[in-house]
Amino acid sequence: MKKTKQNYTALIAVLIFMSVIFVLDQLIKPTDSLGMLLTVLQKGSVYALAAVSMNLLNGFTGLFSLGHAGFMLIGAYTYAIFTIPSVERDNVYQYFDAAIRFSFPETFSQALGPFGTVLGVAVAVILAGLIATLFAYLIGLPVLKLKSDYLAIATLGFAEIIRAIFQWEKLGPITNGSNLLKSFVRTSTMQLTIGSVTLSFSTFVPVLIAVICITIIVLLVNSTYGRAFKAVRDDEVAAEAMGINLAHTKQLSFCISSFFAGIAGAMMAMVLSIAQASNFKVSMTYEILLMVVLGGIGSITGSVIGALLFIFASEWWLRGLDSGTFLGINAPNVFRNGFRLVVFSVIIMIVVLFFSKGIMGDRELPDLIRSWKKNGGPFRKKNRENLHNVLDSAQDESEDHSGRRAKS
Amino acid sequence: MRKALELKNVTMQFGGVVAVDNLSMEVNEGEIVALIGPNGAGKTTAFNVITGVYEPTNGEIDFFEKTIVRNHPQGKMKKMYKGECAEYYVNQPVLAPTPDKITLRGMARTFQNIRLWKTQTVFNNVLIAMHGHSTANVFSAIFRGNANEEAAQRLKVEKILDTVGLLDVKDELATSLPYGKQRRLEIARALATDPEMLLLDEPAAGMNPQETLELTEFIGSIRRDLKKTILLIEHHMDLVMDISDRIYVLDFGKLIANGTPEEIQKNQGVIDAYLGVAED
Repeated sequence: MKKTKQNYTALIAVLIFMSVIFVLDQLIKPTDSLGMLLTVLQKGSVYALAAVSMNLLNGFTGLFSLGHAGFMLIGAYTYAIFTIPSVERDNVYQYFDAAIRFSFPETFSQALGPFGTVLGVAVAVILAGLIATLFAYLIGLPVLKLKSDYLAIATLGFAEIIRAIFQWEKLGPITNGSNLLKSFVRTSTMQLTIGSVTLSFSTFVPVLIAVICITIIVLLVNSTYGRAFKAVRDDEVAAEAMGINLAHTKQLSFCISSFFAGIAGAMMAMVLSIAQASNFKVSMTYEILLMVVLGGIGSITGSVIGALLFIFASEWWLRGLDSGTFLGINAPNVFRNGFRLVVFSVIIMIVVLFFSKGIMGDRELPDLIRSWKKNGGPFRKKNRENLHNVLDSAQDESEDHSGRRAKS
Repeated sequence: MRKALELKNVTMQFGGVVAVDNLSMEVNEGEIVALIGPNGAGKTTAFNVITGVYEPTNGEIDFFEKTIVRNHPQGKMKKMYKGECAEYYVNQPVLAPTPDKITLRGMARTFQNIRLWKTQTVFNNVLIAMHGHSTANVFSAIFRGNANEEAAQRLKVEKILDTVGLLDVKDELATSLPYGKQRRLEIARALATDPEMLLLDEPAAGMNPQETLELTEFIGSIRRDLKKTILLIEHHMDLVMDISDRIYVLDFGKLIANGTPEEIQKNQGVIDAYLGVAED
């Protein structure tokens, strides 16, 4: 009974959130001063999904993998290749003879009209995820036998190799070599005209995809498989001894994580309206890892919050630090190009120092709200007392050590 | 009476060290059998071979009259092998299942140094152990197509926690329990995998006499009420002598004695192994 009530609350919250996004999409034009909000929301939803899918692997299964940019790249290219309209194809593949002359939205729209375009985009996005999963499966076979740092380095290497292969000239007919892919279905053109009214979906669509995917990940984490992932993370030996197939469970987590990374890559292509292999560097993986760590390893809401904060701060709130004026202070000598990164790094260090387990730790937002309700607000006495208890016991322990040392 | 577990010529060799040397033993259905020996005798290694953590160098293990593990010295081990009976299993296929496969066949274990899932609650620790037997694939699990199965599992978890007396702490973190209860939780978790046979690795380690007494009672009740066969490693001789039907004694990997508790107590070889032999 309690569970269903919670589910309804969550559903209503999501519906309200989506309608707010929809309204914002109509009210704000990209050229407005608030237009940045839409851009940031679009990018934020891409990175939120990427961070959550990475957290599924690093935080929930305990597999420290750094191949995320590679899987996003596969997703972005798959999506781009299968949605370029045939008219534009020769234009995009300037130096090559395009091998794939097929576009899902176009093919489906010929049969089904405007609905076909939507369906085509959906199919292309899912295909992006599936191709990334296929690569993950093949890579996972040898690589998942490795542990911790070694796994990280192997997956890192994979991501770099994938990037190099996609830029290889011999694959030009498919990947367009080191040139970028463009002119495919992108969010900025996602509009629907009914009579005289034009509805824009340029923010709604990426946010919707992110919400659906993150919901699926939440459902997975709370299912029997999600619990098996956590068991593998907490104690591999015990998990195996209790009948959990390690190889299978790790492979499953790796594939699912990569599936959603592929979708995040497709969204990235959609939002940036280009797909270029040189964008998917290791630094992108590190950014995503940073979001996961900031938000809290093992917390889905944490990853979302981390991703949104990261994107909002770096792309919007701290913009002024690069361009001369910040918070009304005009100091072009100090606020020069690159100063934003300095401030940003300092902020990250402060956050990590004060929240050593990330903003959310391994809790989720509903847990936090529940504990607030129980103890009467985040800053009430009970919570402070808890802190004191922790400090006291730490002190006892140190006294203990010194006492023992005195004896010996 | 069926044989629940039978080890035939099991040898486990790490390089030049023979941790378990040509061990043959059997456990009948419904029995409580203890495996004892001084430190470093190879008891835990024997457990790890039985549960599939290690692949034995040589030998065969039968579980309810079906062979689950079989190996013979091969590759690099062929030259280094120091044990006997190397040729027994040469022409038979090698069987080396992973621990999860063996667990799903009905053999569950606990660990010498407690290995609970630290971030999970008591309830979840038991629930996760049922994952191996759940039939749901990942899609039906995500979209809750397995709701009935899961409800049944949750009911079963409550029942198990009730039998081991941990139902009142089911929502606490596993690591927040006192030591004795963590040991019980490990046994509860092993019971959740639906085993025919339990392997307990030093269940009374670190317990005070009172807790040990309770545990003796508890292990007896598992056999009596739940009809499980039990093989245990233990250093508390009171507990061992109290509940075991038969005892096997290992020393330096070799079986030096086996028999009823009374026989073992009188056995000169066992006394020498534990107390040492006077040099004169």
